[in-house]
Amino acid sequence: MKHILKILVNNHPGVMSHVSGLFTRRSYNIDSIAVGVTDNPEISSMVIVVKGDDSVVEQVKRQLLKLPDVIDVEDLAYHDCISRELVLVVVQCSDSNRTEIISICEVFQARIADLTKTTFTIEFSGNTRQVNHFIEMMQKYGIEEIARTGQIALRYRS
Amino acid sequence: MPKSEAKITGARLMVELLEEYGVDIVFGYPGGAILPFYDELYKSTKIKHILVRHEQGAIHMAEGYARSTGKLGVCIATSGPGATNLVTGLTDARLDSVPILAITGQVATNAIGTDAFQEADIYGITIPITKYNALIKSADDIARHFEEATLIALGGRPGPVLLDFPKDVQTELTNVRKSSKLKINPRHYQKPPISGDLDSFAAALNKAKRPLLYVGGGAINAHASKEIRELAEKGNIPVTTTLMGIGAFPGTHKLAVGMLGMHGTAYANKAVLECDYILNLGARFDDRVAKPGEFAENAIRAHIDIDTAEFNKRVSVDHILHGDLKEVLKVLIPKVEKVDRSPWLEYLDTIKKNHPLEFDDSSDSIKPQAFLQKLFEKSKGKAIVSTDVGQHQMWAAQYYLFDEANKWLTSGGLGTMGYGLPAAIGAKFGNPNSTVICVSGDGSIQMNIQELATIAMYKKGVKILIFNNNFLGMVRQWQELFYEERFSESEWNYNPDFVKLGEAYSIKGMRVATKSEVEKAIDFFLEGDEARILEVMIPAEEKVFPMIPAGKSQKDMIEFSDTLRTGKK
Repeated sequence: MKHILKILVNNHPGVMSHVSGLFTRRSYNIDSIAVGVTDNPEISSMVIVVKGDDSVVEQVKRQLLKLPDVIDVEDLAYHDCISRELVLVVVQCSDSNRTEIISICEVFQARIADLTKTTFTIEFSGNTRQVNHFIEMMQKYGIEEIARTGQIALRYRS
Repeated sequence: MPKSEAKITGARLMVELLEEYGVDIVFGYPGGAILPFYDELYKSTKIKHILVRHEQGAIHMAEGYARSTGKLGVCIATSGPGATNLVTGLTDARLDSVPILAITGQVATNAIGTDAFQEADIYGITIPITKYNALIKSADDIARHFEEATLIALGGRPGPVLLDFPKDVQTELTNVRKSSKLKINPRHYQKPPISGDLDSFAAALNKAKRPLLYVGGGAINAHASKEIRELAEKGNIPVTTTLMGIGAFPGTHKLAVGMLGMHGTAYANKAVLECDYILNLGARFDDRVAKPGEFAENAIRAHIDIDTAEFNKRVSVDHILHGDLKEVLKVLIPKVEKVDRSPWLEYLDTIKKNHPLEFDDSSDSIKPQAFLQKLFEKSKGKAIVSTDVGQHQMWAAQYYLFDEANKWLTSGGLGTMGYGLPAAIGAKFGNPNSTVICVSGDGSIQMNIQELATIAMYKKGVKILIFNNNFLGMVRQWQELFYEERFSESEWNYNPDFVKLGEAYSIKGMRVATKSEVEKAIDFFLEGDEARILEVMIPAEEKVFPMIPAGKSQKDMIEFSDTLRTGKK
């Protein structure tokens, strides 16, 4: 099962290697990792998606909390949070399928960020399922290049 | 200008801070990138620097000092090779939770990342093996980093920290002598509040008919010996310790069942199999002790620890109490009832009688087990004992009993050969009036034998016992039992003359090979407060029993008597 861990860390160099190193040496699998500074410039937020059963994730959390630069770890359940991932895809196109691709983008509310005679560069954001689905749709036209940010997430407010 | 505003160099500040924290001894080795610090150390009247022969020696000395005194151990190295020579010791201290502050020199900030002479990214290298580490980029940050690092090293579950100081940071001027705001969360150095259900914890223990205390190194770090004894005596609960927990409960106590695990006593391992409640006090269900799914499978398992990451890490438990062991026991003991458990204790006594620690002492050759028993007697069990790693380590753990904590110094988690000699030296510096014995083997001793020079230079009365079987004994034992006697690279066909080697450093020594010489040899060994080397020739085929093969459980224990039946000794 996948878990989304939201980790608040001190924002200084080296913290990223401390955290990712912990995952490597304890052989926890990282699905995706996304880092950015919070509204407090001294604190960064890392969103790490890990695979594992509850006991593995509990162990990950406890090991993370032992790192002095880790301020807090929150385990966000999938159904309990808004998660987004941004993807940039370069898709091959021809005169014959250009309109088709544009209409798919409209359905997905994806933005065409650039186009050439033979390619579209499309920007799309959504949860992981939607992103995967969008990429799948584009595959049939031929993907030249792809860049994904990894997931970011926030808990729903009540 | 008032003193607080007067600027001093980073190096001066480093020395002043060490003095302020009460550090009076450091172990180290100078070199280019750490010279500004050494220059300031030269002027210090409060800090004694011990010059070692190899940085690995420095950190193991700091470990021996820290383990035997309970204080912070400090070691110094220069950049590059100096720093990387600390890696084994840092890993060792990490696995055995020893509070160490390692100070390393680094190339100047403008040279960092250029593959400069003697540059190594020791910050990056030591991330996985320190509790905390930092590369200090400005002299203004020194005070804060020092405070954070020492608090972290000693706080909670102790461990090693490393601070890396570029040479120009050591010469940079600063007036920031005190840290204003610490950047780390107090949970890393303050005692955690006790959490867990004390009542149900105590109720399960009170109901148990055959309870067992399983005591680890955490008990020593928490200074909880007194409380453990109180708990055991009040509840009539037998106590087994891990290799790291030796000394946390008196080894000669009537409730002591010795060490458990791979080379634990048969009665401790049988007690684990048959108990109905096992209470882990600051141990970590290490793989040399516990097989997940099979460890104390018929018992209710309970665990008290300061490190929440240890709960359910390898073995799942039924009851958990989180907190400082000493504090937790203080509140738990009043809830523990006096229960008569004589059937259980009598049963264990019978097992003790029927399955004692055994060896065949019929030949004229010296048996290390008998030798250690004699050494225990003659030193009245009062010595601080360090060991290296291998058969001699296990024999010492089995046959030299400890009634007090902080007297048994061994590399438990990492199993570091070469640990024993420097650890003994560090312990002797910390406890100048105690007898300090290093028990080693002909293999282990040669891993840091250069520190004989440190003993000679400072005239430290460390007693060095070398069991010589011209083999890597434990490797041989495994090869004999599990690799059909193919002794691949475990036989030493060349050893130095250890007695003569000692003489070269003005250390008196003696070699013994027959039983009749043992008595005299031990008297010579322990006599006075001078360093001595005692080389004891032992049979190569001597083995450590009982033994639980790696990856097996208590049920698969091989005892000495089993080998008599199969004809293999």
